[in-house]
Formats: sequence, C-alpha cells, structure tokens
Amino acid sequence: MDNPISHAGDFFGDNSPESTKMLGRSLFDRTLTALCIGLSFLALVPLGSILYLVAKNGLPLLDWSVFTQLPPAAGMTGGGFGNAVVGTLTMVGLALALSAPPAVLAAVYICEYHPKSRLSDGVRFTAKLLTGVPSIICGVFAFAAVVLATGKFSAFAGAVALAVLMLPTILLTSEQALLGVQKAYREASYGLGATRFQTIFRVVLPDAMPAIMTGIMLAVARAAGETAPLVFTALFSQFWMGSLMEPTASLSVLIYNFSTMPFEHQVKMAWTASLVLVFLVTATNVTAQLVFSKKH
Amino acid sequence: MAVPAAAANDPISAPVRTGPDYFLWLCRAASLAAIFVLGWIFWEIFQEALPALEEFGASFLSGASWQPNRDRYGVLPFLVGTVATALIALLIALPPGLAIAIFLSEDFLPLPARQFVRFVVELLAAIPSVVYGLWGIFVVIPIIQQVGTWCAERFPDVPFLAGPAYGNSLLTASVVLALMILPTITAISRSSLVAVPRTLREGAYALGATRWETIFGVILPTAAPGVVAATILALGRAMGETMAVAMLIGNSSRLSWSLFAPSGTLASLLANQFGEAEGMQVAALMYAALVLVALTLAVNFAGEAVLRYTEKRTAGIR
Repeated sequence: MDNPISHAGDFFGDNSPESTKMLGRSLFDRTLTALCIGLSFLALVPLGSILYLVAKNGLPLLDWSVFTQLPPAAGMTGGGFGNAVVGTLTMVGLALALSAPPAVLAAVYICEYHPKSRLSDGVRFTAKLLTGVPSIICGVFAFAAVVLATGKFSAFAGAVALAVLMLPTILLTSEQALLGVQKAYREASYGLGATRFQTIFRVVLPDAMPAIMTGIMLAVARAAGETAPLVFTALFSQFWMGSLMEPTASLSVLIYNFSTMPFEHQVKMAWTASLVLVFLVTATNVTAQLVFSKKH
Repeated sequence: MAVPAAAANDPISAPVRTGPDYFLWLCRAASLAAIFVLGWIFWEIFQEALPALEEFGASFLSGASWQPNRDRYGVLPFLVGTVATALIALLIALPPGLAIAIFLSEDFLPLPARQFVRFVVELLAAIPSVVYGLWGIFVVIPIIQQVGTWCAERFPDVPFLAGPAYGNSLLTASVVLALMILPTITAISRSSLVAVPRTLREGAYALGATRWETIFGVILPTAAPGVVAATILALGRAMGETMAVAMLIGNSSRLSWSLFAPSGTLASLLANQFGEAEGMQVAALMYAALVLVALTLAVNFAGEAVLRYTEKRTAGIR
C-alpha cells in the first residue's frame, strides 16, 4: 500500500483479486453488448423473411393484366385484381376528403385560436382517445351508422370507417406541425398589420404545410393497408365498382379472402396483391418522410 | 373609397378589417365535430348493443359458450384469448424491443448501422396486418405445429403444452403479434432513454462505472416509467389488433389451457362474424365490441398516465 507503483503492478497483473474483478466486469460488459447487438439484428430476420416471401411468391403473377382484370372465381385461374386496386384508391381518397379538412381545421383551432380553452383540451383528449381505439371498432361504428342505416354494404361505409381511423392521426400531426412554426413569424405578421386570418393563411399554414402533408400521407399509408375496418363495411365484390353504394373490393380484403382459399392460384394471387400493397404503403411512407426532411 | 383622407395617411388608424371572423367559426365547428365523432361512435355501438345488454347483462362476460344458432352468447373465451395473446406477445417482444431501444440510444456501432436498424423497425410498423397474417400462415404455423407436436410428446402432463397441437393456435397469433408490437415498444422506450440527461451518464462514468453498469444502474431506472408506458401502450395495441390474429388463431370459442389449441380474441370474433350476423347476434357482437373498447381504452389510459408522469419527472432533471 505504501508503494503506489507496486500497487499499480498488482492492478494490471493477472492474479490479484482486483484484476479478476475488473476482468469480470469487462467480460460482463462485452457479453451484454454482444447480446444487445445480436437481439437488434434479430429483428432483421422476420422482416427479411416477409419481404423475401412476398417478392418470391408475388412476382411470378405480376404483370399489367392483374391491374386490368377481375378476380378469378373460386377454383379458376387467370384474372387479376383491378377492381380491388380501384376500390382501395376510391375508399382511401373518399376517406381523406372526409377526414382531412375537419382534422386540419380543428388543429388550426387548437393551435392558433384558443390553445388553452376547454374546447381545445377536449379536442386533444378526444384525438388521443381515438388513436387508442382499435381499427376494427371504426368498422363496427361504420357498420352501425351506415350499413344498418342504409341496409347494404357499401364503399361509402368503408370510407367512413377509414375516415374515423385517419381523423386523429391527421389532427395530432397537424397540431405538431403548427407548433413547429416559429412564434416570431406570427409576431412579424401581426406587426405588419395582418389579421389573424391572413396570418394563418399566408404565414403559418404555408410554413407548416410540408409537415402537415407528411402527417396526411402517413395516415393514407396506414388506411390503405387496413383490413379490419373494411371487412364488414365494404365487404368484397367480384365486379368493377359501379357506385359508392354497393359492396366494393379492396386489396387488403382480397388478400384476406384469398389467403384462406384451398386453391393454389388464389393463394398466389393473394401474395401478388400483398406485393402491390406493401409497395404502395412503403412508397407512400418513404415519400412522406422525404417531404418532411426537405423542410428540416 | 369610403375611407376618410386623413385616416388613409395615418398608419396607426389604417383600415383594419373587423367584424366576425368566419374562419374562427369554421375551425370551431371542426373541433366540435371531432368531439362529436367520438361521442357518436360510443352512442351508436351502445344503441345497437342495447338488446344484448338487456338480455344478458353481466352474465355475458362470464358465459363460456358462444352459439349463435341457439342464441346463447358468452364472451369469456374471447376475453381470455384477448388478454392471453396480448400478454404472451408482450413477453416475447419486450426483451428484443428493449434491447433495440438500448442499441439505438447507445453508440455500440457507428451511426449508419443504427439508422439501418431504425429503418428496419419502422418498416416492420408499416407492413399491413393482412400481410403479417399471410406470412404467418405459411411460415409461423408450420413451425408452431412442429414445436407443439414435440412439446406435447415430451410433456403430456403440462396443461399449457398439452396436445393435440394445432398450427392455428394461441401461440401462433402471439408470436406474430409480438412482431407487430415490437416497433411500438422500441419507439417509445427509445425516446425515454434518449431523454435521460447526458450529465447522469457522465457522472456514472466518472465514478468508474462500466457502460452496462451505467445502463442498469442509472439510465434504465431513470427511463423506467417511459419503458413501462411503452409496454402498456403496446399491450393496448396488441389487444385491438385484428386481421393477423383472425387469420392465425383458429377462431375457436372453446376455452383451453393449451398454448397450442385454437382460440379466439374479441377482435377476431368481430371480424369473423359481423359479415353474416343477424338479429340478436348483431346485438351480441356490438356488446363484445363495447367490451373491447372498454378494455383497450382502460389500458391506453393507464399508459398515457404513466407517460405523462415520466415527462413530468424527467422535466425536473433535464
């Protein structure tokens, strides 16, 4: 103890209790690091498997004709899912038209007009609650409110279910987008004599627009992949869509229906539809992220 | 035009548009509409469930048989299935989910590697539920079938592993659910780990702690409420997840102890039966939907409360 140098020698030597303790601690550390990295890359395995199988089983049937032809009847071969693509795009588009305007306007209210009012608190609380509601409940709601009321399954009912699903996502992301606009911009605008309306339309909304668009596109991507809200509202159809008030096919419900059929061709068709759906959803997601990153 | 000449030259009294702000009323109407939608959802489901509520009352929750052809409805097997699949999925997803969150918030590997893992996890969240279901049918079901058969032969007396083993089973649904809630756990845990102030980490290092001693002794305890919130919110997601479960769980209404037996959840019950339901069955399904909403909202409330508590607590030391 009186000679620090010999003490240091002990420390780096191999057979003192201190060094074995140090060695143990270091070993413990390295093991856990390896374990942590290993577990992180383990997440790649299922994703790789999903993407590989979707590509391998989906590509053989993929050509232009699947987008222009109707689904094959049970046991038949050939055909495509053109009506399902049209159905998905129509219902998501209609849902967007129903949900985006009120969602963005409500976000403007809770950010720009009365952020601390009781109504604003209520809206935030509602949006939080709605994000926690399972997507199938949106379907149950549309079933009760539209299908039971009109007496038939329809694209409109599907769109209502998807709109309820998208509303809170768009509202909350738009709120974040508006909060991201610098306060100085607003003050400068007021300082120049602009009214509140002019400030919102000329200054705040243009600045927040990329982030709002990101939120909308993420909501669209999620809605396009959803099956649960559609499975008993829009149901399915073997034919081209004639009107909004009749049962309508969608990509996701087609995958669900065909995946459990005992016919090989139908199952292959489900994989091809999955490939198209995954591409659609991922492309929308990536575009959304790019739009956002352009601003920040 | 009507502006007096003197006022036009005076910047302070320049013409300012006054009168009612119609845009404010439009925004206010939109806000009220958002709240109205939530109320409408509850009212509509409650209204349709009323016949079943009056007919069965609380016995609906404890009844173990669901037989639409005899108009007997008890939701207990599905309630048990919902809770069991969600809890097992959580048990499977928590260790890797937390490991990835730690991996993303530490600097074990250079930034590109971490960004890659983050991208992969985000991609997992973007894949639609039906695609998970389709993948599960062709990949997870055969594996679980083999594992189940092996377990049933080895441990015939353990009720959880008893045979006959089916591929469409509680465990299959749980495994795929685990994958689907992994991004939720990772994202929320990561943000609470990143929110731990640097000074705490530096302090621990200065006292001679190794990296993992710091993680276990300082960082995880500080971020613990956030991790708990992530777990609870993931549980809520797992309970409401529908399509993948409906495709994989076997949709049986029989109660069984075995992990390898077909089962059902509230969400899968709704997905399977609403399309062809009539009369009292619609009311019973609406009642089941009400139970599902109550369950997920309660879980989400708890999660949000914990998350808010975390934010308050870490705000002090940041």
